[in-house]
Amino acid sequence: MTPTYGSKRVVVGAHYGLRDWLSQRVTAGLMALFTIVLLVQVLFGGPLGYERWAAIFSSQWMKVLSFVVIVSLAWHAWVGVRDIWMDYVKPVGVRLVLQVATIAWLVGCSGWAVQVLWRL
Amino acid sequence: MTDSTASRPRPVYRNIHVTQILGYRLPPAGIVSILHRISGALMFVLLPFVVWLFDVSLSSEISYERFTSAFSAGVGFLPGFFMKLVALALIWAYLLHFIAGLRHLWMDMSHAVSKEVGHLSALVTLGLSTLLTLALAVRLFF
Repeated sequence: MTPTYGSKRVVVGAHYGLRDWLSQRVTAGLMALFTIVLLVQVLFGGPLGYERWAAIFSSQWMKVLSFVVIVSLAWHAWVGVRDIWMDYVKPVGVRLVLQVATIAWLVGCSGWAVQVLWRL
Repeated sequence: MTDSTASRPRPVYRNIHVTQILGYRLPPAGIVSILHRISGALMFVLLPFVVWLFDVSLSSEISYERFTSAFSAGVGFLPGFFMKLVALALIWAYLLHFIAGLRHLWMDMSHAVSKEVGHLSALVTLGLSTLLTLALAVRLFF
């Protein structure tokens, strides 16, 4: 078997995109599940006001599911947006700046959403 | 290299340039593909707005008032109908991205990747997302 580390490390070839491909699909499934769960709770259970809307996100299991979805969304969007930069932005420096900005954007939004969720 | 291969002109493939986009006739699957990307990018850009809506709608009853008035009276210099238009853009993006994503998952699992099935499922994706968006637009504006 050829060594895949050090100077002999294989940096091109099959399977390098598999992890991104799979994680994008797994996170998509989790978000789809969340969408259906939330939709069911919103549509059934009477008129929707602040009380009921806040009650939906107050239960511990919904907080955990929402948290999982916040992380999933950031991960999913990172794979997608990075693909966009890799397709259209060729200069390495510009691409790096955009990728760092993307991470900051996603981590910032996720932190804010978690803060909203856990002070409820 | 032999003479026969050197003399025969080889086909040349190039990426489409931005200026050629409108002149290109994309098949439905191609339209779904680019709209999947555009809708994803749109939601990424508007993510802080979504989290802001999540914040004001959940934090307190007073902030909930700000959430509802954002779509009737507006926010700052932005009028209410503009906020509704932004919300509708997000609704469209979510629906299309959702359905196009399910189409991907379905194709991955069923290996239904023939030209005909791809064509049909792309049309279903476009039709269903447009219909649902229109229905919710009516709900939002009237």
